[in-house]
Amino acid sequence: MHLKGKVHKFGNDVNTDYIISGRYKFKTLDMKELAHHVMEDLDPDFYSKVQQGDFIVAGSNFGCGSSREQAPLAIINADISAVIAKSFARIFYRNCINTGLPVIECDTDQIQAGDELEVDLEAGVLHNHSQGVDLKITPLPPVMLKILSEGGLVEHFKKHGTFNFD
Amino acid sequence: MGKTIAEKILSNKSGQDARAGDIVIANLDFVMGQDGTSPLAIKAFHEMEAQRVFDPARIAMVIDHSAPSPLEGVSELHRQMRSFADQQAIHFYDIGDGVCHQLVPEQGHVVPGDLVIGADSHTCTYGAINVFSTGVGSTDLAAGIIAGKLWFKVPETFKFQLNGRLPRGVFSKDLILYLIGDVTADGATYMAAEYTGEAIADLSVEARFTISNMAIEMGAKCGLMEADEKTLAWVKAHSRKGFAPVSADNDAAYARVKEYDVSRLEPQVAKPHTVDNVAPVGEVAGTPIQQGVIGTCTNGRIEDLRIAAGILQGKKIKRGTRLVVAPSSRQVLLQAMREGLIEIFVESGAALVTPGCGPCVGTHNGVPSDGENVISTANRNFKGRMGNNRAFVYLGSPATVAASVINGEITDPRNYID
Repeated sequence: MHLKGKVHKFGNDVNTDYIISGRYKFKTLDMKELAHHVMEDLDPDFYSKVQQGDFIVAGSNFGCGSSREQAPLAIINADISAVIAKSFARIFYRNCINTGLPVIECDTDQIQAGDELEVDLEAGVLHNHSQGVDLKITPLPPVMLKILSEGGLVEHFKKHGTFNFD
Repeated sequence: MGKTIAEKILSNKSGQDARAGDIVIANLDFVMGQDGTSPLAIKAFHEMEAQRVFDPARIAMVIDHSAPSPLEGVSELHRQMRSFADQQAIHFYDIGDGVCHQLVPEQGHVVPGDLVIGADSHTCTYGAINVFSTGVGSTDLAAGIIAGKLWFKVPETFKFQLNGRLPRGVFSKDLILYLIGDVTADGATYMAAEYTGEAIADLSVEARFTISNMAIEMGAKCGLMEADEKTLAWVKAHSRKGFAPVSADNDAAYARVKEYDVSRLEPQVAKPHTVDNVAPVGEVAGTPIQQGVIGTCTNGRIEDLRIAAGILQGKKIKRGTRLVVAPSSRQVLLQAMREGLIEIFVESGAALVTPGCGPCVGTHNGVPSDGENVISTANRNFKGRMGNNRAFVYLGSPATVAASVINGEITDPRNYID
């Protein structure tokens, strides 16, 4: 998987209420509509700033809090190609793999808002074009890479009928 | 080398020698979804082209987050849940039955040694009765109800050795807030928390649920306790299922061990807007409060209502302050009615709402206005959590909330407890 876009930078402990507030997520399954409210409580103009393929880059513990899968789905529908953070909360991390949103763990301290990044997931390389540096990314375990590369857990089950990691 | 509780349960359920870091596929004893997550799971169930769930007796869906429905969009999602539950003949709890994390143990669905997933982050609650239970998202829920199993990364364990006994006026809520403040919101990320020691042994099972419930607020995958006599008695009173409790081995390997003496702990309050922003109540005493909330999966049990009613008895909530009370289940409400607790709340000026999540998740039952301060017995105080990102949410024990609404400002509950 090859991804390219510019950076929208956030801090530590971005919780799923910030990603998509409970006041929207309980009332619809229309993820396109929810996408308009992504990150709204942290940056009211976030949705309108995003261009196809951009990255959310954050500090540690991204996606903590509620188990709402609307969080990765709203991010996907806002045309974000991947989330890059120092660490992720575990339910959010699983939900991303299951819904087909790439999650990338690496040291994000030096990445700045607006930087142009390019990621090669299979090769495990993140190139920062704006700063001319490469960053090492933590490789995904094979089970997760398999689900992600098949397009998420729904596609995995459609193909195999159950879990199949052989 | 011995094993932790998490390693043992995942070994038992996967048939493999599961060690921290391994990835296993394990059989599920019970699977739960609520109304914020089940509709997406039902959609995924159909997209996965499944026909039947693996075992209707091991699955429950609960309408608790927006109950009764405040909006037509929510009503449609509830309709989808009712229809799916009927079609698949699974357990179903409708509006007024209660909060999922109260119902699952109370109705006897889970017992010590079980492996459980729930599409709600506070599914870790059942760790208090020795259940490896963890929150998942909707697609994992769909996979779980189809296959009856799920893949797990076996977590490392963070052991909390809790010595001493909690002093008068200090409760399990204060203890877990203190621990979260100490290790921070990602202090146990990817790990299982194990809580042990005299402080836990001294607590009732109900009080223990509060501690396991908030394991996720330190990032933990589950919040496990060993089963003692109190656990066994509680479980036998609620369930007819057979069970086999699981203990940690003496030579189990822990990623981290922290020891605490709780005997001098003070009441604690989490300040806006993160759960780990914790201070002793004295530091925030006097902060004006416009709304109190008693209830939720953290602190809406009968013991919590008894503690709060004990403080509110014969007193009135201060003018300019409101109190919302949401018992955690129909059974809790009935018991509270029998004991006269509801009468105390209503006479004190409180508003009683449907057993369920109440105003905790910002959908209904008490959304604060701009600039207002709320003190709640819930488990989260994120900005916007209660439906308004210009309000401020403090978290405390039922005693602290009750004392605070009498005075209209954050108050040390020890002033009201003999």
